[in-house]
Amino acid sequence: MSQPKPPIYVYEAPVRIWHAPNGLAIVALAVTGYLIAAPLPSPGGEASEHFLMGYIRFGHFAAGYLLAIGLLGRLYWAYAGNAHARQIFLPPLLSAHFWDGVRQEVLWYAFIAKAPRHYIGHNPLAILAMHFVLVWGSLFMIVTGFALYGEGEGQGSWQWALFSSWVLPLFGDSQSVHSWHHLVMWLIVCFVLIHVYVAIREDKLSGQSMLATIVNGWRTFKDDKPIDDAHRP
Amino acid sequence: MIETFYDVMRRQGITRRSFLKFCSLTAASLGLSPAFAPKIAHAMETKPRIPVLWLHGLECTCCSESFIRSGHPLAKDVILSMLSLDYDDTIMAAAGHNAEAIVTEIVEKYKGNYILAVEGNPPLAEDGMYCIIGGKPFVEQLKYAAESCKAIISWGSCASWGCVQAAKPNPTRATPVHKVPGLADKPIIKVPGCPPIAEVMTAVVAYLLTFDKLPTLDKQGRPQMFYSQRIHDKCYRRPHFDAGQFVEHWDDEAARQGQCLYKMGCKGPTTYNACSTVKWNEGTSFPIQSGHGCIGCSEDGFWDKGSFYQRLTDINQFGIEANADAVGGTAAAVVGAGVAVHAGLTALHRAKQPGDKQPGAEQ
Repeated sequence: MSQPKPPIYVYEAPVRIWHAPNGLAIVALAVTGYLIAAPLPSPGGEASEHFLMGYIRFGHFAAGYLLAIGLLGRLYWAYAGNAHARQIFLPPLLSAHFWDGVRQEVLWYAFIAKAPRHYIGHNPLAILAMHFVLVWGSLFMIVTGFALYGEGEGQGSWQWALFSSWVLPLFGDSQSVHSWHHLVMWLIVCFVLIHVYVAIREDKLSGQSMLATIVNGWRTFKDDKPIDDAHRP
Repeated sequence: MIETFYDVMRRQGITRRSFLKFCSLTAASLGLSPAFAPKIAHAMETKPRIPVLWLHGLECTCCSESFIRSGHPLAKDVILSMLSLDYDDTIMAAAGHNAEAIVTEIVEKYKGNYILAVEGNPPLAEDGMYCIIGGKPFVEQLKYAAESCKAIISWGSCASWGCVQAAKPNPTRATPVHKVPGLADKPIIKVPGCPPIAEVMTAVVAYLLTFDKLPTLDKQGRPQMFYSQRIHDKCYRRPHFDAGQFVEHWDDEAARQGQCLYKMGCKGPTTYNACSTVKWNEGTSFPIQSGHGCIGCSEDGFWDKGSFYQRLTDINQFGIEANADAVGGTAAAVVGAGVAVHAGLTALHRAKQPGDKQPGAEQ
């Protein structure tokens, strides 16, 4: 067996630093969001002794701000960082080679292809999922989330002016915005389940590093198979 | 010469003292400073009375019922005489051809100067045959009256959004006023609610008649002074919501203590209306105060948002009574099970191929 390919530095510090709090924020948002829609059993005693729903809502709003500011920072880094930092924002949807990579990746997960192709960055299927579910999903949640938040802040607030003022008429009413906000939460939960599973699976099976790359940013390879990065110019 | 409001009131036997009281009350209910009371008085003494045509389409008359119960008897008397309702088929004395002739008379005589108040909405299916007024489809009367009016008031959820007769599957194609094709392009004030609060209705009319301009409307066309906040924002049970104290059953201790009705499906958090501040029947009470959650009657399509007793909206595309949690939870369970099965298959697949080394399987 020949020498494995040399490691490549892929994910710069800002991308790695963004990843963990963003993941934690999503978990916190899903849990608190669920509890806002389906609250915990009531504590007894006087209302003045408790602030349970208040704290849960505070946690949700704080995590929401973290998600929004994180995405803004991440968008900036897509502009300022290396080519890999742009990958999940600009999928090469017009490239036939990219779609061939998607097909190959689907075959790999269907146990038909013997081995997956090697990629320095994300594989094409991962790019699709991250772009359409995570990026657009997060953006949708941020916009609808701030629209719902603006309702409580009132019509003089910037949240109302920037979000609620056009999101509410777009959906027709507040209740519909709530329903969509809730549904897309479940979509993102599904994404997280698959995301974590395939990251561990690929780390074990695909011949390239995943979990260590999340932490240190370096992609290492266990063999010298050719690298097929559809996104690279 | 056309009478002024003041002339009409005096003719109705209202004293000047009562008239001035009404002006202050109106200023207060519109959220204006006391300095506006004399301005309202001046306007009513000098301006010619604007006639109002009050048309009824598909509706249940709850708007009219609410309107005639306006909390302050004084305001009610004055505004009713102010309006004098040149045409309102429910409460006017005339009937038959005589009554219908009034519509034409108003339209001809006050071209561009009368207010068209619409209660209910026109059904458009079968050329409007599901609602016939004086032998003609209501939609034709509506279009005719709208052509020369100054502004349109859409009373209640029927005229504003469609309400129950426009709920799915809407067999008669009942259509809210602002969506009627071919309707003259006039300013429309939506005053939703099933019915709207009486004081809100009278205040909107008083505003229109005294200031001769539309009140500030929000993006959905509702007067901002009454529809800019949710029931939830000003609910007196809000402290229980923040504390996390909820009614779980209609007869539990929390219900008796008047805790938050959120878990019983209260739509206060998604409903824009003034019930929790203005209240009903001279400020006696409102639904939440009487122990029942808000059903969101002033919101668009509230009939199609599932049970009044559940927080989450039904999503009928996924079967009867599925809601966001049922749909999403099922999806997450399926994906989770899929992940587990896939992981199992992966292990099985690799165990079956001991000779065929996966890349990197062994170092």
